[in-house]
Amino acid sequence: MNEKGEPILLAENISITFGGLKALDNVSLKIYPGEILAIIGPNGAGKTTMLNILNGFYKPDEGRITFEGKKRSRHMKPNHIAAQGIARTFQNLALFTGMSALGNIMVGRTMKMHSNIFSQGIYWGFSRKEEIEHRKAVERIIDFLQIENIRRTPASMLPYGLRKRVELARALAAEPKLLLLDEPMAGMNLEEKEDIARFILDANEELGYTIALIEHDMGVVMDICDRIVVLDFGKKIAEGTPDEVKASPEVVKAYLGTAGG
Amino acid sequence: MTDLPMTFPHILIDNAKKFPPTKAAMREKDYGIWQSYSWQDYLEQVRDFALGLASLGFKREDKMAIIGDNRPQLYWGLAGCQSLGGVPVPLYQDAIHKELHYIVDHSECRFALAEDQEQTDKLMHLKDEIPRLEYIIYDDPRGLQNLKKDWLIAFTDVQEMGRKFGKEYPDYFMDEVNAVKPDDMSIIGYTSGTTGNPKGVMITHRMIADCSRGFLEWDNLNEKENVMAYLPMAWIGDHIFSYGQAFCSGFTVNCPESTETVVNDQKEIGPTYIFAPPRIWENILTQIMIKIEDSAWIKRKAFAYFMKVAGRVEKKRIANEQVPVGDNILYQLGWFLIYGPLVDNLGMSKIKVAYTAGEAIGPEIFEFYRSLGVNLKQLYGMTESCAYVSMQKDGEIDSESVGPPAPGVKVKIADNGEVLYKSPGNFLGYYKNPEATAETLEDGWLHSGDAGYMTEQGHLKIIDRAKDVNKLNDGTLFAPKYIENKLKFSPYIKEAVAHGMNKDYVGVFIDIDYGAVANWAERRHIAFTSYTDLAQRPQVYELIREAILKVNKSLSEDKRLKNSQIKRYLLFHKELNPDDGEITRTRKVRRGFIAEKYGSLIDALYDPTKDSVDVEATFTYEDGQTTTMKATLKVSDVDTF
Repeated sequence: MNEKGEPILLAENISITFGGLKALDNVSLKIYPGEILAIIGPNGAGKTTMLNILNGFYKPDEGRITFEGKKRSRHMKPNHIAAQGIARTFQNLALFTGMSALGNIMVGRTMKMHSNIFSQGIYWGFSRKEEIEHRKAVERIIDFLQIENIRRTPASMLPYGLRKRVELARALAAEPKLLLLDEPMAGMNLEEKEDIARFILDANEELGYTIALIEHDMGVVMDICDRIVVLDFGKKIAEGTPDEVKASPEVVKAYLGTAGG
Repeated sequence: MTDLPMTFPHILIDNAKKFPPTKAAMREKDYGIWQSYSWQDYLEQVRDFALGLASLGFKREDKMAIIGDNRPQLYWGLAGCQSLGGVPVPLYQDAIHKELHYIVDHSECRFALAEDQEQTDKLMHLKDEIPRLEYIIYDDPRGLQNLKKDWLIAFTDVQEMGRKFGKEYPDYFMDEVNAVKPDDMSIIGYTSGTTGNPKGVMITHRMIADCSRGFLEWDNLNEKENVMAYLPMAWIGDHIFSYGQAFCSGFTVNCPESTETVVNDQKEIGPTYIFAPPRIWENILTQIMIKIEDSAWIKRKAFAYFMKVAGRVEKKRIANEQVPVGDNILYQLGWFLIYGPLVDNLGMSKIKVAYTAGEAIGPEIFEFYRSLGVNLKQLYGMTESCAYVSMQKDGEIDSESVGPPAPGVKVKIADNGEVLYKSPGNFLGYYKNPEATAETLEDGWLHSGDAGYMTEQGHLKIIDRAKDVNKLNDGTLFAPKYIENKLKFSPYIKEAVAHGMNKDYVGVFIDIDYGAVANWAERRHIAFTSYTDLAQRPQVYELIREAILKVNKSLSEDKRLKNSQIKRYLLFHKELNPDDGEITRTRKVRRGFIAEKYGSLIDALYDPTKDSVDVEATFTYEDGQTTTMKATLKVSDVDTF
């Protein structure tokens, strides 16, 4: 899906330093609507930092971010950015373990709910109607990700692969304009990876989501992504289609090391 | 009873007239909520689909393949096809390419109806190879919207075409329905067959209707029943149960949300009537046992104690004897503490009657459910007889027989011990296979291929497949399936293959139940990497030995079978799999195939000098790829009584 045109998100000349360590150094990237972009790189390359900046968890020292044509102010909090339509999942799971899968996914709808805590407590009139609406949306996601059988299971009792899927469901529940996935397949076996890859592709193709993801499994990245950005030691060393990136000498060097090194 | 409608389209129209719109004919759990369809909805859906088919050029006697899980749309498609005088051909949804190719080609399907993308993919491959297959219709559009092909149409689009067609030709539907006659072919059910290619069993409307009504009367079932449809639509049992009987009585068929949610959905629905093959009953039992093993000490003890009480009580009940007062009180207590909550958890608390059919069930498994108060009964039948030959009567239960012949059925035993019968469900013949038909049907008598006899009470007792029943070298009767079913009562044994024909003693291959044994091993901190590894652990051999000892004990109590106790066994390195051809889709062991493929293992069972044997095996993955692996299997002795 190589529909270029206006990028939905534009990050320009991003730099950030953690106590003297330059985690990102003058990195720019664009995310186009309807594409799947992968950010790859060796450990410590700054991938998660980049994602954290994109969703506003970190403030870059330098550089600026434009989302849907609007420049992001330095004072924006992550929840405001989430409300703008950027949702994410985490490398280390961040589910509410005592809650059912369904409850966790409903949390993803919070941004979209308008009734206040008191009317929700009474569960009458508008808030009841609203809850039913949101539950319907959540059920469609449950159907989409094929997790009907674990709807009522507490997150803590789910195996790892399914927790990851519930996390993806929660991010999808927010109906984001941009979906950020931090290592959606980390620690999975081959079958689980294939499943998640299928869901990511379906979310992109059928539901039209724009997705940026970090992933270590090169095979998966090459198979499902439209474009790839490669980071190494905080610098962007390559950008392009999977084939272009594969051919880039810098990437080979970063991943395989130079001869004798 | 001549005034009853005898074809399924007519029965459907009659139901739509007879039942109020509030009566649910079918429910489907979708987006987490049970959606209901009345008989009027059912008819409308079927009519729209049928007319859509007609507008695509569907003609009388055209065949339509149907493949997928139990979805209302597939049942509607089935009825729609029949309304036009067509013949549906349901397929097993897990069948591999080769099998599907054979059936779709052999049955000359012009149309195919698939549940989802997965099944549609398979059919699209077939379409490349079989030009006769013209149209593929799919229900769930997910993943298929972007494929624009003239011959690939969504179910709802076909219905839309049908509505247009219906406006143009308002009488078309009724004209077609009225042209359907009771003795027209209504379905071709392909039998999995333990040997050779599948055979297409031709069945008429009248057969299904007669047998369905026979079942309903036998147990006084009516339109108030609730059933779960989750067994393959290609199995005659499901066709009789979720389609034939549902139409003839008007009861409600519930389609689960997905195959993984069946247990939960069943709990929500609380079916009053269940029809399932033994493997389902075995699986549920295994699940219960795993959970009990995992529970606290006191619960385990209480369960063991009260199951013993229930077993004693059930023995008395089966024998129609008075239950001692003490046991009766204990049973009531057990009902309150154990049986009631357990049965409720299984979604079986409202059951009026439950059947096990399709294969022999181990008596221990059968008694387990009965002792819990579930009215489980046995039924004997085959695809060739619409599953209608004999079944047990309330109050005349016996764990080892399959009950008296059903009304309208005549049974006789041939000189060689084979069971022959005349049933209203006896089929027309095998499709395009007169030789096989002639072998099976002789003067209206159907040769079942099963060996059995009539007991003194007039009940039919099936011993085994006629060609499998043999003798050991010392002349002892050897009935492999009987022994295997006894073994399968152990939650740790999934499948077993007994050998002994023309041998000195009985030896078995055991296929462990991976889930149950893995759970058992984990609790004992036994590390393992894979099925093969786990199966070869000495502790697991010990575990299975205990199970075999129990079987030997029980065999030793039967004079005729005393010498067929198991002397040697080995644990298989892989699960028996229909994709590898070792068992059929309905999980019947294909003995000939196994004997051929694993001859060296059988030799090792009968060579006392050997305590292990090497094996090289080829696996087939779901996508058809194969891989080879090597393993060394231990062969172990076991004591007899």
